[in-house]
Amino acid sequence: MTAALSVRGLSKAFGGVQAVENVSFEVEAGQLLALIGPNGAGKTTCFNMLNGQLAPDSGSVTLEGRELVGLSPRRVWRLGVGRTFQITATFSSMTVLENVQMALISHRRRIAAMRPRTASLYRDEAMALLERVGMAAQAERACSILAYGDLKRVELAVALGNEPKLLLMDEPTAGMAPGERVELMALTAGIVRDRGTSVLFTEHDMDVVFGHADRIIVLNRGRLIAEGSPDTVRADPHVREIYLGAGTTFAL
Amino acid sequence: MGFYFTQFLTGLASASSLFLVAAGLSIIFGVTRIVNLAHGSFYMLGAYIAYSIVTSIDVGPVGFWLAVLAAAVAVGLIGVAVEMLLLRRIYHAPEMFQLLATFGVVLVVQDAALAIWGPADKLGPRAPGLDGAVRIFGELVPQYDLAMIVLGPLVLGAIWLLFHKTRWGTLVRAATQDRQMLGALGANQKVLFTSVFFAGAALAGLGGAAQVPREAVSLFTDLNIIAEAFVIVVVGGMGSILGAFLAAVLISELNAFGILIFPQITLVLMFLVMAVILVVRPWGLLGRPEFIARGPGEMPEAPYRPADGRLKLLGLAALLLLVAVPLAGDDFLMVLMVDVLLLALFATSLHFIMGPGGMVSFGHAAYFGLGAYGAAMLTKLLDTPMELAVAGGIAAAAAGAVVFGWFCVRLSGVYFAMLTLAFAQIGWSVVFQWGDVTGGDDGILNVWPAAWASSRIVFYYLTLALCTGAILFMRHLLYAPFGYGLRAGRDSPLRAEAIGIDVRMRQWHGFILAGAMSGLAGSLYAFSKGSVFPDIMAIPQSIDGLMMVLLGGVKTLSGPYVGAAAFHLLEDQISRLEFWRAILGVTILFLVIVFPQGLVGFLRQRLSRDEAAP
Ligand SMILES: Nc1ncnc2c1ncn2[C@@H]1O[C@H](COP(=O)(O)OP(=O)(O)OP(=O)(O)O)[C@@H](O)[C@H]1O
Ligand SMILES: [Mg+2]
Repeated sequence: MTAALSVRGLSKAFGGVQAVENVSFEVEAGQLLALIGPNGAGKTTCFNMLNGQLAPDSGSVTLEGRELVGLSPRRVWRLGVGRTFQITATFSSMTVLENVQMALISHRRRIAAMRPRTASLYRDEAMALLERVGMAAQAERACSILAYGDLKRVELAVALGNEPKLLLMDEPTAGMAPGERVELMALTAGIVRDRGTSVLFTEHDMDVVFGHADRIIVLNRGRLIAEGSPDTVRADPHVREIYLGAGTTFAL
Repeated sequence: MGFYFTQFLTGLASASSLFLVAAGLSIIFGVTRIVNLAHGSFYMLGAYIAYSIVTSIDVGPVGFWLAVLAAAVAVGLIGVAVEMLLLRRIYHAPEMFQLLATFGVVLVVQDAALAIWGPADKLGPRAPGLDGAVRIFGELVPQYDLAMIVLGPLVLGAIWLLFHKTRWGTLVRAATQDRQMLGALGANQKVLFTSVFFAGAALAGLGGAAQVPREAVSLFTDLNIIAEAFVIVVVGGMGSILGAFLAAVLISELNAFGILIFPQITLVLMFLVMAVILVVRPWGLLGRPEFIARGPGEMPEAPYRPADGRLKLLGLAALLLLVAVPLAGDDFLMVLMVDVLLLALFATSLHFIMGPGGMVSFGHAAYFGLGAYGAAMLTKLLDTPMELAVAGGIAAAAAGAVVFGWFCVRLSGVYFAMLTLAFAQIGWSVVFQWGDVTGGDDGILNVWPAAWASSRIVFYYLTLALCTGAILFMRHLLYAPFGYGLRAGRDSPLRAEAIGIDVRMRQWHGFILAGAMSGLAGSLYAFSKGSVFPDIMAIPQSIDGLMMVLLGGVKTLSGPYVGAAAFHLLEDQISRLEFWRAILGVTILFLVIVFPQGLVGFLRQRLSRDEAAP
């Protein structure tokens, strides 16, 4: 398999805190890669450097051979990277449908258009995406009144708006009920299968991680300490120690 | 050589007063997160009070400085009163409301000053003991200037000591840097806020009082000073005292030397420097980026729905009524309605950026004024026909918005508000000072419409058609991707950028469009009055626009024109009274504290409640 995303020697410090230190890994095409680690391990910081939100101190990120470091989030998105945020970011004054339409409008570069009515643009396509994430029934509701788990789904539909090659999902199931979590990850796995999208996601729920990830990388205090198949990582004594030491309860 | 050195000293002397005001503004903002528009009023009060003391008692050298100090303390106490009576109620309100409320204070203070000290400028006597001059490099330098040069660093040192050697100072610094820490203060938070207001107001008062022997104080002082203080704080960095000092020196020196090069328009120079600094360091010389972040979000507005039948009918009825106005045969009514229509367009264009765009401009009148002056100057200087002059007015306003907007959209929240205000004030000053071209205070007269449009009725219909068209156009834009892009940038810049939307570009385009529409209103205004004066681009005009939008309701689309009509009819009544500014000020305070959702917002609430009821 070829690498869709390749990360080399990525580092970032905030003042004295070395949030991410010399991290290297690859996401292979059509793969679901989980990035796990205790709170404050540097997962979100890593994501922010992948999609241009943060400038790394050093290192390189390439998407199908193209360097992403130095590009704005906007440019990174145009190259085919979709992102969902740990704390959901949606347009709260718009409906669910309009949120998805905005991504489609931007993708087709019609965001400055003065003539058409937004409501009429790419409606069916947006509905199809909402269908896909199970939010079609709530298409006309305002985003500001949605339950948190539903917002996460909307974000996923929005992130799919540019038919991404790579999806970055930061804790996609946080705030959902256990049943919903599995359902959402199954759905994500379906997208990977159908579209060949690669996915990098972080997650605290180990059922989700071990249930769906093709491969897992483990971050602790900014460093990559283990990587491999779910079975390898499960058996890694170092990983067990960190998780038990951090007091996170889960059965490995 | 000697001459330049003297000029340099003059600059330093002026820097001290400015530094005091800016430092006060900065400290208050650091702790309370309120940008106090009334800070210039505190300065003005300090100057007036000091003037009264030194002219009514025969003070000696010591007495003079005691009088200055007494004025500072008096202003500090006034600050405490403002904080306890008013600001306490709105610490959690959106920024725009806080700014407006402090502008209400500006208006009330203006009328109070007018009542107490009268309209004439007041120049204090020279300071006893420092009324001579010293010869430096062969040039005479007033002794008092030297005292001022010492005063600035002295106060800077005193603030530093206060901040680093007292418990209060530690608290102030901690509160400025770490918002969470405020919660831990509990009841003491109130005391801290009030004491900070005292200190900040007293600094402004001190700045004003110390300036009395150097410069006359007038009823314009407040807004001139606040604009300069904003520039200094923006340049120096919000929350940084040393930054304020450096910026004050920089700006004052620029004025001192700029006057030698461009005597008419030193402010343009100030603008250029500010522009350069903002491009290189958007948060100022010594500021920190965090402060640029937006305050806590408010409740989001409801999604846009297409107008339903009932609303369309209502709109049509209103339009028919407007068409029927000339039938009344009342010339005065027609003149009034032309004003209402132009203000409605002005307010709608402001709402366009501040509602959907989330960019609260405190200087939108600049574009109204550019439109009016553009059209008037084309007519007067080049004899341009009206149709072209109106187009020229729009172009002038749009060009202004292109330039100013480019800088403004780099900032957000209070920084954006301060910068728009500073730009507008600069525009006003240029028009005001550049008498040869703009007529200065005398304005430009005899700007009459083309012959075909010179009858009242025709001009009324022309205005009605253009304003209605422009308002409907903007309404349409809000339903188009253009407007949705603006809202996306306001709702979540993070999400917008993550789906490829260039938020700044969207905001800039929105800003330019709103500027152009405001320019259309302005150029028609010039022809409707037959003249233009600098007032139409002064800060009060910008604030009037905000009042109209607020009165109608920010979160509604029809709010701005309903608000403009209501506001103008109201103003038409109260402006005949003697102390109308104070009345207006109190009205603003009432609106902000009691009626924040506006007329249309209120009606909508009532309606939806009725519908919800069984
Ligand atoms: N903007 C910032 N400024 C300073 N420190 C930061 C910043 N962002 C993150 N950090 C620090 O960097 C470290 C890594 O944070 P990060 O948010 O990446 O962790 P995370 O693995 O995503 O944690 P969580 O599981 O809680 O989301 C933490 O110590 C955090 O405090
Ligand atoms: Mg995280």
